[in-house]
Amino acid sequence: MINPKFGVVVFPGSNCDHDAYYSLHKVLGYEVNFIWHKNNDLKESDVIILPGGFSYGDYLRTGAIARFSPIMNSIIDFAKKGGYIIGICNGFQILLEAGLLPGVLLKNISLQFVCKDVYLSIGNSDCNFTKGIAKERLLKVPIAHGEGNYFADEDTLNGLEENQQVVFRYTSADGTNSENYNPNGSANDIAGIVNKNGNILGMMPHPERCCDPVLSKTDGSLIFKTLVNNILN
Amino acid sequence: MYKAKVLIKRRSSILDPQGKAVEIGAKNLGLKNIKNTRIGKYIEFDVDTENKSAAEEEVNNYCKKLLANPIMEDFEFTLNEVK
Repeated sequence: MINPKFGVVVFPGSNCDHDAYYSLHKVLGYEVNFIWHKNNDLKESDVIILPGGFSYGDYLRTGAIARFSPIMNSIIDFAKKGGYIIGICNGFQILLEAGLLPGVLLKNISLQFVCKDVYLSIGNSDCNFTKGIAKERLLKVPIAHGEGNYFADEDTLNGLEENQQVVFRYTSADGTNSENYNPNGSANDIAGIVNKNGNILGMMPHPERCCDPVLSKTDGSLIFKTLVNNILN
Repeated sequence: MYKAKVLIKRRSSILDPQGKAVEIGAKNLGLKNIKNTRIGKYIEFDVDTENKSAAEEEVNNYCKKLLANPIMEDFEFTLNEVK
């Protein structure tokens, strides 16, 4: 493999699909294809991105209807074979509804849509999405969501912690105070988790929105570059 | 054919910030006796099956797989024959 191919899935109501394409292709130089949700061909992608947005208008529950789009059968097969998937924001919600990751995302505790930069600490630096980033490095990444309040029962939360599945946690700018910097009420300050096998990442913050140096923030690109490096090695 | 009426309720162990916010409205309205407001969903639809047990199975599947998320919600439904 010279460079991994990315596939960005487009659902009706996705609105960060072009941001993902722009960052991965124009900024980082990777090969990227859009994949329409009604197709079942993943176009030989090595990494699938489920982008942010409001798939199916967020009707019923966020991600609940997109989860039954035809492409999801291919994505579930791909996931089982160890294919890499990143679900961002609404994409994370879809992964949870599909049962590819555990838990649910409830309405933000404030009931408000929160749109701002947050700091993330790295909870697990052994998975391919973070291996190589210094453990103490904080990432500054924007969030933009109304339903990002991660919830799971106690057993599930304990399991996530024991298995090192919490990849990103909300924290303060100096990384010392997490509790007061949790923007949505998420259990254990969870901002992103991986599955046990470490090939599926779901996260509420938007790394694709902070890749281009022209926007002054580039910490998002660190996640994509790290994954690519780890896949190639 | 049967008319299904489904009620979906958020589990009591899960906070309902929406219910809380609405209850602030009740207080502002001067309704001082309102407590424990919780918001759920009501969904109705027809099920075109020959008999009631087939309809029940269909509605159960619909609820479990799509209408409700068992991690945070419980559901109940009624079925009435429509001619």
